[in-house]
Amino acid sequence: MATLLEFKNVSKIYKRGKTETTALDNLSLTLKDDESTILTVAGESGSGKTTLAMLLLGFIEPTIGQIYYKGKDISLLSGSERMTFRKEVQAVFQDPFAVFNPFYTVEHLLEVPIKRFKLAKSRTEIRDRMAEALTAVGLQPDEIFGRFPHQLSGGQRQRINIARALVLRPKVLVADEPVSMVDASLRANILETLRTLQRNYGVSIVYITHDLTTAFHIANSIMVLYRGSVMEAGGVEQVIKYPQHPYTQLLVDSIPWPDLSRRWGQTDLEPSEDTVIGKGCKFYSRCPKAMEVCKTKPPLYQLEPYQTASCFLFKEKPQLEAESLSKALPV
Amino acid sequence: MNPVLKVVDLEVSYYTDAGRAKALDQVNLELNAGEKIGLVGESGSGKSTMALAMMRMIKPPGRIENGQVIVDGTNLTSLSEDEMLRARLSKIAYIPQGAMNSLNPVTRIGAQMIDAIKAHEPTMSKADMKARSIKSLESVELKPEVFKMYAHELSGGMKQRVCIAIGILLEPKVIIADEPTSALDVVTQRQVMETINKVQAEMGAAVILIGHDMGLMAQSMDKVAVMYAGRLVEVSTVKEMFTEPKHPYSQALIRSLPKLDVRGVFQGIPGLAPSLLRLPTGCAFHPRCQEIMDKCKTVRPENQMLASGSRVTCHLYGEGA
Ligand SMILES: Nc1ncnc2c1ncn2[C@@H]1O[C@H](COP(=O)(O)OP(=O)(O)OP(=O)(O)O)[C@@H](O)[C@H]1O
Ligand SMILES: Nc1ncnc2c1ncn2[C@@H]1O[C@H](COP(=O)(O)OP(=O)(O)OP(=O)(O)O)[C@@H](O)[C@H]1O
Ligand code: SF4
Ligand SMILES: [Mg+2]
Ligand SMILES: [Mg+2]
Repeated sequence: MATLLEFKNVSKIYKRGKTETTALDNLSLTLKDDESTILTVAGESGSGKTTLAMLLLGFIEPTIGQIYYKGKDISLLSGSERMTFRKEVQAVFQDPFAVFNPFYTVEHLLEVPIKRFKLAKSRTEIRDRMAEALTAVGLQPDEIFGRFPHQLSGGQRQRINIARALVLRPKVLVADEPVSMVDASLRANILETLRTLQRNYGVSIVYITHDLTTAFHIANSIMVLYRGSVMEAGGVEQVIKYPQHPYTQLLVDSIPWPDLSRRWGQTDLEPSEDTVIGKGCKFYSRCPKAMEVCKTKPPLYQLEPYQTASCFLFKEKPQLEAESLSKALPV
Repeated sequence: MNPVLKVVDLEVSYYTDAGRAKALDQVNLELNAGEKIGLVGESGSGKSTMALAMMRMIKPPGRIENGQVIVDGTNLTSLSEDEMLRARLSKIAYIPQGAMNSLNPVTRIGAQMIDAIKAHEPTMSKADMKARSIKSLESVELKPEVFKMYAHELSGGMKQRVCIAIGILLEPKVIIADEPTSALDVVTQRQVMETINKVQAEMGAAVILIGHDMGLMAQSMDKVAVMYAGRLVEVSTVKEMFTEPKHPYSQALIRSLPKLDVRGVFQGIPGLAPSLLRLPTGCAFHPRCQEIMDKCKTVRPENQMLASGSRVTCHLYGEGA
C-alpha cells in the first residue's frame, strides 16, 4: 500500500529565550494514497494542532524527525515536486480574519490558485469552477464575487476559505476549525461536502477541531493531543463513546449538549496550570487519577484494535510503539 | 420590570456596488437586567450587524436607517458622538468577533486596559484606572500579574477572558459578546462561560451572546433569539426553543443538531441563504420552508407575541393562521 503522507518521529520545539515549548512531541502518522480517510485531531488550545497542520503543509520544519510526501522528504523536494506538493496538499486555516489579502476581491482570491496551478482552460471554466465551490459552501456566487474580505461576515470568510480549497481538488486537505463560525444546519451541509470530497474524490482530510460532536459524525478516526503528545487515538466512535484516557474523558464530559436534560460538565474543572513535571505524563498535574508512576512517561497501550491510550491506568495492556500509531486508526 | 435594553425597529443597510443590502430589518428586542439571551442564526444573517448597530459602530458603506436602542432609559440613538463614546463600555459593551486575536501584541495587557478606560473616562486618575483594571481581571479569574503580560504569553482562553475583562471595565448594563468561545476547546469554553455567568451575576447586567453553538446556548442562556436574513424570526425561552421551536427555521436548526446515537447523519437545510440584495418577497424563508403556504410568497409576516410568551415572525401563527 502506497503511503501518501508520512510523519516519522516528528517533534517541533519552539525556543523563546530560555524557555522551550514542545509543540509536537514524537508523532508518527501515515495517510495512505489509496484509502482516503477523515482523521480528526482534537485537543485544547495549545495542544499542537495548528503546529501539526503547519508541519504537514511544509510551512515549518520539524525540529526532529522527517515528513515524507509520496516517499520523499518534503524538505528535499525538487522544484516541480514542490509545485505538485503545494497543489495537492491544501489547507483551510483557522482564523478567517487573518488570512486574506484585504485588497483582493473574493473572485480574485479564488482565481489566483486556479490560474497558478493551471486548473482551467477558459474564463468560463474558471468561473464555473468558482461558482460550484461557492455554492457548495452555501454562498451566492454573484453576490459574493465582487466583495472584499471586510465586507463579509465571519462565517462567510470561513467559507471562502473552504471554497478556495475546493476549487483545487487536493489529495490532502488540512482543515483547521473550518466550521466553527457557521450555524448547525450549514455546518451539516459543509461537512457533508467535505465527506463527499473524501468519498468521491479520494481526498484525505485532516479535520482539526475542538468540536467532538461534528468529529464524531464526519471522521473515521481521531487523535487527541495534549501539550503536543497523543493522549488517546483510535476509531472515532470508540474513542468518543468510550473514552478511556482521563483527558479524553474530561473533553467528552465538557461537550455542551443541545439537550436540556443533560447537564454540562459533571467533572470539576482544574485550572490548566503550566506545571509540567519533568518527563512524566503531561496531564499529570490535572489528572484526577494521577499515580506515582505517572511521573515517568507513559507509552501508548493498545486497548482495543482501534483504540490506544497513553496512560498508566492501562499498563496491563500490550504496548503500542509510537511509530505504529496509525495501526490504531481505522480508515 | 423595566427592561434594561429595548431595541425598537432597528434597520441597517449596506450600500454595495451591486446595490443596497438590507442587513437588518425591523428588529425588536427587549431584555431585562440579569437576563441572558443567545443570538443565533445563519452565517451572514446580521448578528454582528445588530451588535454593531446597537453600539452605533456601523461604518460606511453601512448605515443605520431607522430605529432606537434604549439602554437603562437612555436612548443611544439620540446621543451626540461624544456622549455615545462614553456610553460604550459604561452602558453597553461589545466584545467583537475574533477580539482575542486582535489584542495588541506589543503592548502589555494593562496598558491596553488603561487605554480603554481613558477613551471613555478621560478624567479618572491613573491609580483608579489601574485598580479598576486589576479588579476587572480578578472578576474574570485572571491573576493580577496578567496586567503586566503580553498577549502572546496567554493561552486562547486567557486572551478571551482579557477581552471580557476589558468589556466589563466600566460595569456596563448590557454586555454583547460576539462568538466569544468559537475558537476555544470545550473545556476552556466551559470555563469562559462560567466566567461570563459569574460576571453577569455580580453586575446584574444583561448579556447577549452571539454564537452558533446551540449546545452552549442550551447550557448557559435563558432565552434564544433566532435571526434569519436580517429579521428576528423567533425569540423564545431556552426551554421552548429546544422542546417546541416555533418558526420553521428554528425547527430546522434544532433538527440539524448532531446527536450521539446515529453516526454520520446530517440534516442541514437545503438551499442557500437568500441574497440580501434581492430578498424573496413575502417571508424571506419561504423558498426553503417546509411549511410554506400561499400567502408566505407574497405577504410579509409580522412579528407577534404568542400565548406562550414566544415572539415569532411566521404566518403559521396568530390571526388568520
Ligand atoms: N511561533 C511560535 N513560537 C513559539 N511558540 C509557539 C509558536 N507557535 C506555537 N507555539 C506554541 O506551541 C504550542 C502549540 O501551539 P499550537 O498553535 O499548535 O496549538 P493549537 O492546538 O493549534 O491551539 P489552538 O486551539 O489555540 O489553536 C503552544 O504552546 C504555543 O504557544
Ligand atoms: N461592510 C460591509 N459591506 C457590505 N456588506 C456587508 C458588510 N458587512 C457585512 N455585510 C453583509 O451583511 C450581512 C450581515 O453580516 P453580519 O456580519 O452581521 O452577519 P453575521 O450574522 O454576524 O454572520 P456570521 O455568523 O457569519 O458572523 C452579510 O450578508 C454580510 O455579507
Ligand atoms: S411564514 Fe411561511 S414560509 Fe415563512 S417560515 Fe412561516 S410558514 Fe415558512
Ligand atoms: Mg490552532
Ligand atoms: Mg458575525
